[in-house]
Amino acid sequence: MDEATAGGLRIAVLVKHVPDAQFDRHISGDDLTTVRTESILSELDEYALEAALQLVEANGGAAGGHRVTAITMGPAAAVNAVKKSLQIGADDGVHLTDEALTGSDASATSRALAALLRHLGPFDLVLTGMASTDGETSLVPAQLAERLALPQVTFAASLELTHEDGGWKLVARRDNDTFAETIEAPLPALVSVTDQINEPRYPNFKGIMAAKKKQIQVLSLADVGLQPDEVGFAGSWTKVEAAAPRPPRSQGTVITDEGDAGIRLVDFLAGQKLL
Amino acid sequence: MTTVLVFLDHPGASLAKSERELLSLGASLGEVAVALADEAGPAYLDGVGSYGVREYYRPETGAVSEVLVAGKAAFLAEAVRASGAGVVLLGNAYESKEIAARLGVRLGAGVITDVVALDSDLTATKSDFAGSYTVNCRVTTDVSILTVKPNSFEAVEAGPPSTPREVPVPVELPHAVARVIGRVDKPVSGRPDLSEARVIVAGGRGVNGDFGPLEELADALGGAVGASRAATDAGWIEHSAQIGQTGKTVSPQLYISAGISGAIQQKAGMQTSKVIVAINKDADSPVFEIADFGIVGDLFTVLPQATDEIRKRGL
Repeated sequence: MDEATAGGLRIAVLVKHVPDAQFDRHISGDDLTTVRTESILSELDEYALEAALQLVEANGGAAGGHRVTAITMGPAAAVNAVKKSLQIGADDGVHLTDEALTGSDASATSRALAALLRHLGPFDLVLTGMASTDGETSLVPAQLAERLALPQVTFAASLELTHEDGGWKLVARRDNDTFAETIEAPLPALVSVTDQINEPRYPNFKGIMAAKKKQIQVLSLADVGLQPDEVGFAGSWTKVEAAAPRPPRSQGTVITDEGDAGIRLVDFLAGQKLL
Repeated sequence: MTTVLVFLDHPGASLAKSERELLSLGASLGEVAVALADEAGPAYLDGVGSYGVREYYRPETGAVSEVLVAGKAAFLAEAVRASGAGVVLLGNAYESKEIAARLGVRLGAGVITDVVALDSDLTATKSDFAGSYTVNCRVTTDVSILTVKPNSFEAVEAGPPSTPREVPVPVELPHAVARVIGRVDKPVSGRPDLSEARVIVAGGRGVNGDFGPLEELADALGGAVGASRAATDAGWIEHSAQIGQTGKTVSPQLYISAGISGAIQQKAGMQTSKVIVAINKDADSPVFEIADFGIVGDLFTVLPQATDEIRKRGL
């Protein structure tokens, strides 16, 4: 029996505590970083967690020795994303936290996460959402794959694992505007998933109670072998110089259709030189 | 003079508008070289040459595109070294952003995505939080990698066609890679690509399964059809039409929203559009707060009337 089967699958799910998009979101005037009050587990990460739980269930469940670890980095409150993940069904959690992480761009974030995953690893699979709902750059999963030299499958709309010839491999489907692709990769690999892949489950009472007994490991930069100047503002390769709220759009004309609204619409478009 | 390397993914029969925009932007910054991971035809190459491009870089090995973004990033890193480029420009499709991401790690260079404006000192402007903030940022490393949004820069008229010289670049592909093992083409709609369209007609819950009137208006205006998540989740239109936080961000000249109430995430997906028109039965829909022209009415009567009127005027 090979190593992976004997030990079960180890799956890391990256989860992020992000400002709730249901509310207005802000950038602070002092250091131009995101204001993180009213934050929640990033909605797009719930699909990654659900995908991990379904892969475990489809491959022998807890009896198979599989383990799903929810991982986050950020200030004290960021641990809430891990706590929610444990309630939903992750087995354990890790929180990388350090003052020096403040202001990390994608390159510094992926450097910190790569060091963290190396420290905790090895993992068979690293799962992420398709983007964070705050930075929205979708750079971090690809940069992490490059740093860890992992095959990368992004925007997976379906994901299956098969075990053959003594190793695991994954098969994913993804859709583009002009074609649909089937992709194959050996494990270990990194996969980001879209919101089409599944219907995330909610935490139930049993899950919430069980989560209280699950472990969250808190680590600092030193624990994962990084210096403060390798992350945060100092370790970033980009710099935000200014951030201004977009002037709110003012309301224009609103009319009620009295049988000629389509014609008035065309008049409006003609007036705006949009025809 | 700075060398600007422009990466053109998926070369077509001729240069697309967004590709002409990239080449024009590149020419305004320095001397342009081009990197092509895939085979391109003579007409396409002549088009590239008409922008003053004298050399284009090609991988020596043919398998680069089969191994997804990792292969293209490896090739592009070699092309940057071979050309000595200080600026790399890519499109803003997800795949281009990921190639940029991996390239950044390979070169130790900063990456800025979603660029909509650029100063001569390479200070980039982009939107954050789905268009609710305007942010200025800079790359702090020697090489700058920028992914540029379509419709943000003008495609300047090019010179006469000329064929650039091919420069083969040796590429060592990464060992462990994901591979494409199957591909099914989708039917071609004939409408412009959503992310590049000048006009978008988008529908939500209120279209109740029938996108017909939206498609006809879009065709009369030469536009694309988009949808809210409610409409794609209901299966009324394919997922790739989805606009908003979990779909495509768009910034057309004209955005016509039909049967979309305008919850905060939906508003976010449309607020960088130049002009917004909204049609909804419910006079209290939040979408009217941001519309330049709002119509309280039934989209199934208003849209066909508008389409007829446009055709009648011969526009």
